[in-house]
Amino acid sequence: MITPRRSETLPVREASDILLVRQFVRECATELGFSVFDQTKLVTAASELGRNTLIHGGGGTMRLETFVENDRRGLRLTFEDKGPGIPDIEQAMSDGFTTKGGLGLGLGGSKRLVDEFEVVSRVGEGTRVTATRWT
Amino acid sequence: MATMKTRIPEVLERHEAEILSDWMKEQATALTQRPDLMKESELRKESTKFLKLFREALASNNLIDIQQSFWEPVREFIGEVSRSRAIQGFSPSETATFVLSLKQPLFTRLRKIHEGQPDYLFEDLWNVTVLLDKLGLYSVENFQKTREDVIGRQQKEMFELSTPVVELWQGILGLPIIGTLDSKRSQQVMETLLNRLAETQSEVAVIDITGVPVMDTSTAQHLLKTVTATRLMGADCIISGIRPQIAQTIVHLGVNLGDVTTKASMAGALAAAFKRMGLAVGPARRQSGETA
Amino acid sequence: MERIPILRMGEFLLVTIQVDMHDRLATVLQDDLANRISATRARGVLIDISALDMVDSFIARMFGDIAQMARVMDAETALVGMQPSVAITLAEMGVSLTGVRTALNVEKGMALLRAKMEEERADDHAPAE
Repeated sequence: MITPRRSETLPVREASDILLVRQFVRECATELGFSVFDQTKLVTAASELGRNTLIHGGGGTMRLETFVENDRRGLRLTFEDKGPGIPDIEQAMSDGFTTKGGLGLGLGGSKRLVDEFEVVSRVGEGTRVTATRWT
Repeated sequence: MATMKTRIPEVLERHEAEILSDWMKEQATALTQRPDLMKESELRKESTKFLKLFREALASNNLIDIQQSFWEPVREFIGEVSRSRAIQGFSPSETATFVLSLKQPLFTRLRKIHEGQPDYLFEDLWNVTVLLDKLGLYSVENFQKTREDVIGRQQKEMFELSTPVVELWQGILGLPIIGTLDSKRSQQVMETLLNRLAETQSEVAVIDITGVPVMDTSTAQHLLKTVTATRLMGADCIISGIRPQIAQTIVHLGVNLGDVTTKASMAGALAAAFKRMGLAVGPARRQSGETA
Repeated sequence: MERIPILRMGEFLLVTIQVDMHDRLATVLQDDLANRISATRARGVLIDISALDMVDSFIARMFGDIAQMARVMDAETALVGMQPSVAITLAEMGVSLTGVRTALNVEKGMALLRAKMEEERADDHAPAE
């Protein structure tokens, strides 16, 4: 039985918001009992996805949720924007950040840092990326 | 039949002491009291507390749903009892019997109080059965969970033991990997190794894969990831234990080991490590006139 | 606005990053370093990240850019003190930071850069082939 515990939304509208996002994710991950290695993965993924939301999505929000399922705990980050959207998600995932400037979305990289990863995007409407990690 | 109000609380109130002593006897009979694991006085304390919490919860008149908040103190207590039993070494059935053996003492007194009213008696017997069965199952679930936690912790300790990092020389760490290198294991290897490298500020790690049974693409990728992480930190890896078959497999798979140094033996790897550190090993020279 | 301080130690420049950097701060650091390397004719740049508990792809790319820029100005760069969890995260993401030298700490970083600088000097003085 999955029990949701916490749900908070932070704005991702300026560069300094990314710092707050990193800090908040670090705090929550620590509280949930993630190892320092897993914490760093979550914070890094949050930084990548937050930057995407800011720079490519024109600004948006991050929702952080925590869950308890039997003996493991989960942390879910949902980044949402109403930006231009990603025309080719598969391509974006493989670009990672080897593409300088341009897209360089860091999507592919972030995916490898979490257990569950989902991208929903529509050109002209916006993008939503959900990343979850379990202890 | 009119809805009956349960008389279980009444029975508990009037005959608490007798019920407790009967229950203790039942537990002894059912061998739930393990004098080797738990003292009689401890068990008495637990049983007394349970009866108290049980009676309080029954006051809510909700006999069906033990998930309701009224039952939380009872659930919590059962949870504690089961967890401690699991750790102490009781069996699951011994743990469940703590709750289930309360049935008989309650049945006996319900029969008396409902004398002449078989329908009411049936209803209350049914209530007791359902309630205590649910609590009994709940105790087994908690027991299982605790057992799993203990096993999980033991597994983790075993993992750590099977990934021992040794200091071969000042600045040179050795890590023999034994067993398959799956994703989870390779994470642990990386974490253990990098932590030790940071702690000791060692520049070289010799990773010995003699004990890794299978070389496949994913194992190779895990190894390469470990080397990458090590290099990012400012140290480097030498992989030893590359048997001829492994070398062939690596070529076959088309795995690109890049510029990672690989050696067939630990000795060869150690020599390479010394070289990298600018160390040389040679015969000791004795000064003339000195005694040994 | 705040800037990351750059210390001069002989022919080395030492940058100790102790704050969580937002993108602008990182860009300013890059510019400041370019100016300082040029002004001091420094031959070595040490970037101490032992206090950083996170390095993402943007920051990683910045380190790569700094190393490249420094090389163009005849200076060698070493990134020192990366924390284990940061190293594993970058490796997991697929970042290998080729082109950036790394060392376990400032001392080893200086030794590494000195060795490189010695090599270069030896090359410079080698007789023409």
